[in-house]
Amino acid sequence: MNTLRLLGKWTLDNVQRWGRETIFLLHVLAGIPSILGRFYLVIHQVFAVGVLTLVIILVSGLFVGMVLGLQGYNTLVDFGAESSLGLLVALSLTRELGPVLTALLFAGRAGSALTAEIGLMKATEQLAAMEMMAVDPVARVVAPRFIAGFLSVPLLTMLFITVGVWGGHLVGVVLLGVDAGQYWSAMQNGVDFYDDILNGFVKSVVFGFVVTWIAVFEGYDATPTSEGVSRATTRTVVNASLAVLGLDFVLTSLMF
Amino acid sequence: MTKSAVELWVGLFVAVGLAALAVLAFKVGNLSAGDIRDGYKVTARFGNIGGLSIKAPVTLAGVRIGRVSDIRIGRDDYSAIVEMTVDNKYDNMPLDTSASILTQGLLGAQYIGLDPGAEEEFLKEGDRIEITQSAIVLEQLIGQLLFGKAEGGD
Repeated sequence: MNTLRLLGKWTLDNVQRWGRETIFLLHVLAGIPSILGRFYLVIHQVFAVGVLTLVIILVSGLFVGMVLGLQGYNTLVDFGAESSLGLLVALSLTRELGPVLTALLFAGRAGSALTAEIGLMKATEQLAAMEMMAVDPVARVVAPRFIAGFLSVPLLTMLFITVGVWGGHLVGVVLLGVDAGQYWSAMQNGVDFYDDILNGFVKSVVFGFVVTWIAVFEGYDATPTSEGVSRATTRTVVNASLAVLGLDFVLTSLMF
Repeated sequence: MTKSAVELWVGLFVAVGLAALAVLAFKVGNLSAGDIRDGYKVTARFGNIGGLSIKAPVTLAGVRIGRVSDIRIGRDDYSAIVEMTVDNKYDNMPLDTSASILTQGLLGAQYIGLDPGAEEEFLKEGDRIEITQSAIVLEQLIGQLLFGKAEGGD
């Protein structure tokens, strides 16, 4: 009987949480027009969220591309099809690996930082102080961070894919001796701008939206103690990663 | 970090990100030369299209001039109707052009090869190519060969 009650409580808690999350999103979206006049707030956040994430994205992209080149070559060479290596690398990166890995890395690098920052502002009552001064903390603190994350993820994804394709070229062509012309021409014949690249771009936009939303919500909703902030940060990374992987399946089945 | 340095970095970040999108579009996706969005559509009927798929290239003398845009079945004669989009640049294909389904290499992907005829009039939107040659299905060919061998051996 007790387990049943706990299950009911858990369900109700979660439904309530989703409700809070949605209301919070509407609140953030409503706060966006008021900060458009002060765009430097967004620029500073793009620096914190996007530019500082650049290094990990570029390095991971390079290595993912290189691994794809190596593994792809080892498999394809058995069938004498190593000329398709460029296609394999480019399609894997544009359709799946680019958007998904970028979103996961972004959740780990920038999402957790957003949650911790907002959560600590709450714990040290900075948000409450803003409210006392009749400044809406959601519009002043959360909305710029939300826009910055939403803008940064697609850009980071495009960089990840570009560097990855170059990494595949580095291993496949320079190291393993696949013909450079075949590498690029197989890619160009097989990759469609609208079907592959734009769909990957749409995925990254959706992921950017969801990951940033989860990150800022968890920070704003955190229990204002040091333990609460640490839990919220963990929840951001776990929930954002699960959301990205789940949404990736849904988007893939819808678009491809 | 000073305000102008932050702005510089953000500007650089956005510029490089957009440049990456452009590189993907033109270098990886081949947006510049590859996609034929505005072309005229012609159809052709084939008895068997083999492994031809939508977006397969349409070539003239080995040069790609279009893409297969649709494949369906004709209700009346059960043949495959292949609709292809040919780039508007090549609007001087004679009316009696023939289309055949060819294979890149021995086991490669299939594509359509066009062979220009000698008519004075040109193909235009909605026309049908009358002279066609179906795909060669390797299994059938081997089957026929073996069958022929067995008959000859008797």
